[in-house]
Amino acid sequence: MNSALAIPTFGPLLPEIILAVGVLVLILFGAFRGERSADGMNIVALALLAVAFVAVLMLPSERVETMAGSFVVDSFAKFMKGLTLIASAGGVILSMDYMRRERINRFEYPILIVLSTIGMLMVISANDLIALYLGLELLSLSSYVIAAFDRDNVRSTEAGLKYFVLGALSSGMLLYGASLVYGFTGSVSFPVIATTLQGNVGNGVIFGLVFVAAGIAFKISAVPFHMWTPDVYEGAPTPVTAFFAAAPKMAGMAMATRVFIDAFPGILGQWQQIIVFISIASMALGSFAAIGQRNIKRLMAYSSIGNVGYALIGLAAGTPEGIQGVAVYMAIYLAMTLGTFAVILGMRRGNVMFETIDDLSGLARTHPVMAFCLAMMMFSLAGIPPLAGFFAKFYVFAAAIQANLVTLAVIGVVTSVIGAYYYLRIVKVMYFDEPVQPFERMAPGVSFVLVVSSAVVLLFWIVPAPVVNAAGAAARSLF
Amino acid sequence: MLGFGILSGLLILPLVGAAFILTLRGDSEAARSNARWAALATTIVTFLLSLVAWGRFDAGNSAFQLVESHAWLAETIRFKLGVDGFSMPFIVLTTFLMPFCILASWDSIQNRVKEYFVAFLILETTMIGVFAALDLVLFYLFFEAGLIPMFLIIGIWGGKRRIYASFKFFLYTLLGSVLMLLAIMAMYWAAGTTDIPTLLTFKFAENLQTWLWLAFFASFAVKMPMWPVHTWLPDAHVEAPTAGSVILAGILLKMGGYGFIRISLPMFPDASVYFAPFVFSLSVIAIIYTSLVAMMQEDMKKLIAYSSVAHMGFVTMGLFSMNPQGIQGAMFQMVSHGLVSGALFLCVGVVYDRMHTREIRAYGGLVNRMPLYAVVFLIFTMANVGLPGTSGFVGEFLSLMGAFRANTWVSFFATTGVILSAAYALWLYRRVVYGVLDKPSLQGIADLNRREIITFAPLVLLVIYYGVHPGPILDAFAAPTDALMKGYEAALQTVKTAAVAAH
Repeated sequence: MNSALAIPTFGPLLPEIILAVGVLVLILFGAFRGERSADGMNIVALALLAVAFVAVLMLPSERVETMAGSFVVDSFAKFMKGLTLIASAGGVILSMDYMRRERINRFEYPILIVLSTIGMLMVISANDLIALYLGLELLSLSSYVIAAFDRDNVRSTEAGLKYFVLGALSSGMLLYGASLVYGFTGSVSFPVIATTLQGNVGNGVIFGLVFVAAGIAFKISAVPFHMWTPDVYEGAPTPVTAFFAAAPKMAGMAMATRVFIDAFPGILGQWQQIIVFISIASMALGSFAAIGQRNIKRLMAYSSIGNVGYALIGLAAGTPEGIQGVAVYMAIYLAMTLGTFAVILGMRRGNVMFETIDDLSGLARTHPVMAFCLAMMMFSLAGIPPLAGFFAKFYVFAAAIQANLVTLAVIGVVTSVIGAYYYLRIVKVMYFDEPVQPFERMAPGVSFVLVVSSAVVLLFWIVPAPVVNAAGAAARSLF
Repeated sequence: MLGFGILSGLLILPLVGAAFILTLRGDSEAARSNARWAALATTIVTFLLSLVAWGRFDAGNSAFQLVESHAWLAETIRFKLGVDGFSMPFIVLTTFLMPFCILASWDSIQNRVKEYFVAFLILETTMIGVFAALDLVLFYLFFEAGLIPMFLIIGIWGGKRRIYASFKFFLYTLLGSVLMLLAIMAMYWAAGTTDIPTLLTFKFAENLQTWLWLAFFASFAVKMPMWPVHTWLPDAHVEAPTAGSVILAGILLKMGGYGFIRISLPMFPDASVYFAPFVFSLSVIAIIYTSLVAMMQEDMKKLIAYSSVAHMGFVTMGLFSMNPQGIQGAMFQMVSHGLVSGALFLCVGVVYDRMHTREIRAYGGLVNRMPLYAVVFLIFTMANVGLPGTSGFVGEFLSLMGAFRANTWVSFFATTGVILSAAYALWLYRRVVYGVLDKPSLQGIADLNRREIITFAPLVLLVIYYGVHPGPILDAFAAPTDALMKGYEAALQTVKTAAVAAH
């Protein structure tokens, strides 16, 4: 009783506190200064994210619980939070030039990004179902608004509305599942649920588990809860799409990992089936459905669905090696996504953004560096060594083989070959086809993101140890 | 062991050359010329360095030499390089063929010259890497990485159906290889390491061996290529630029055979014994069927491509005969085929550069205007047929002899392939070189120029030298072959005991 009433330690929450205080100040500042402050706010938001990143690095590596056990910090949380903050910062940097030129550079944008980042950080550290839901809603509600940020544009508002309606439905499912789990185990706390659920469990819990899985699958846009993804990716302003493809994916995969590994380790057999199914369906749909796409944002939507399928292979293994695979996968996926979207943002002539694959025709002649970077991203997404994407797939497939999920691994590699077809098609359009008019010069922020992510993708194989070892430590902290 | 050795040097040198070419600005004639000379210089220096490596290499020793090992993915997955008698000749073959590829592209590549040479130099690094890797993950990395530059080479500088050919090449090979990747992982979990020297001494469970063997087979059979997964090769060969074909036939195909000898045979001896009849059947079909197909081709490059498939049939047959003659013959056949088929593609390239067609029908009577060319082409045609005195004979003869010891019927059917190869090769030669020079378009065709003579002279000399004196290469293969055979006798013994026990 006493311990629950005592003031909790706030140290582990430092990154969240920094962002929360910072965002409140930003809102006040924005309210007083109005629209003129948008550019400066972006810089301040970036600084906030950077400070939070440093705070994350300073968190203790051993497991610490606080807030009466509903908030946990460990190496896994640190790793995923670091990735999330990088992804959010990438989202802000990519948006700066775009928002200005589209005349939607309102000061709310960086605020919403930071707010949703707070939600992500909370989700990653959530140690009970309530905290999980709180973080998730903060993340989701901010995302709905960001999706409709170009509020005079029909496509953008439609994307926001679609995202909201379907997202609300999935939140409901998650909540329903959570209530079932609570009802049958008597606790919302992950460690308590884990100790309660051992061996054979009743159908009620399984029912709840399925609903929780459905809610999570929606957030990471895994099949069969992926339907919103192509429409939202296509409709939302491009930098917002980049943000969606990067940051919430990090948090979502971290959440999935935390829930299944921390709360349901005793019934691995039950949820493994679900994850294996979701993973296979996502990989298959991601590779087949992308083949027919002409719009590159839609194509990236299907590509992200497929990539989530690959990352889930690691989770399906349910071993430290598997979680290491998930962590490595997400880190590399982050670089590939941000890099690809940087190129998509560079497809501009005057005030017109180009979005179809054919617009990339002959890019290798008109913009050799940009084409080279995108080609490397595509080969990497296809999983061709020595690019980083190969190592991402290597770790999850290795974990699957170790866990004896050979069928899953075989299906995975076969779909990756099918997926390679559409990635190659982009390379073909850029390198083999005749050039069209050149695009404009890239904005400095966008090219910065492109250069950094290309360097990661291209040179990862020379010094893989830092990421791999950090991911390994992160994975071990969960077991 | 912390320092970088000569093999790292071989990997880095082409990359340095590629980086240098990338720094060249502009697309003027001067910049192109600089790119050509830089690429040529890089490949020659790399070749000289590989000769130094060969000099330091002790052929009598069956252990891995020039080994260097650097920390990489994990304690048990290291960046480890080294060579033995099986890999050293291939590294030298690679670095030897590269300058000819650069020379063959001197005039025929006129657009995007810099990118072309960059792609070739990166390709060289990946090829050397495949032969030098002493870790399975590293091996796979280089094995697959080569797809990227080759895809671009075929797709950008290829012929009319280049896009189809490049996609087919890429996806076909990738599909074969991903299964190998899974097998590598399974080996990692079974043996706890991907270190090749350690795995060579590790005994995999028999059941696991079967699956692993099949997975590796999927990859190497596509790469070889073996019938019936050879269909990407004719397309890729026909559409690739001349130098691309040379590398494809000379080196990339050898990776499959090298994979068999480095991984499948020594690591899965029981499975190899079990599957040997299967491989024999495919090899014999490949030898006879693709020879017949080659006879009917109207495109010179396609004809040579099919003949490559047939010759690779001899290689797989020799390898799986599992006796010293067969294995050494197969290895020799690969080196010799690397020289001969590479040279044949260069021969096609010579007339293609002049007439821009590879149709056999468009030629005839070339001997009247191109006597030098006729001689060179004749020598390589004969080597392709396997005429005694050329390097083609040694490999074919030894692998047939090995097959004869293993299974008489296999060698009986395979020998018909020798006759068929004489038929298609000589018929090709007759149609292109002999006859009356009556086609108006050929009236002004010029004989080999100085650059082409420089290109062909070393190849001619080597093909004849190794035909008369195959010792140096066979010696290199001898030590590791002995080591391999020791492992085999044990495996064959178990099979025999099992057979006896069953009775």
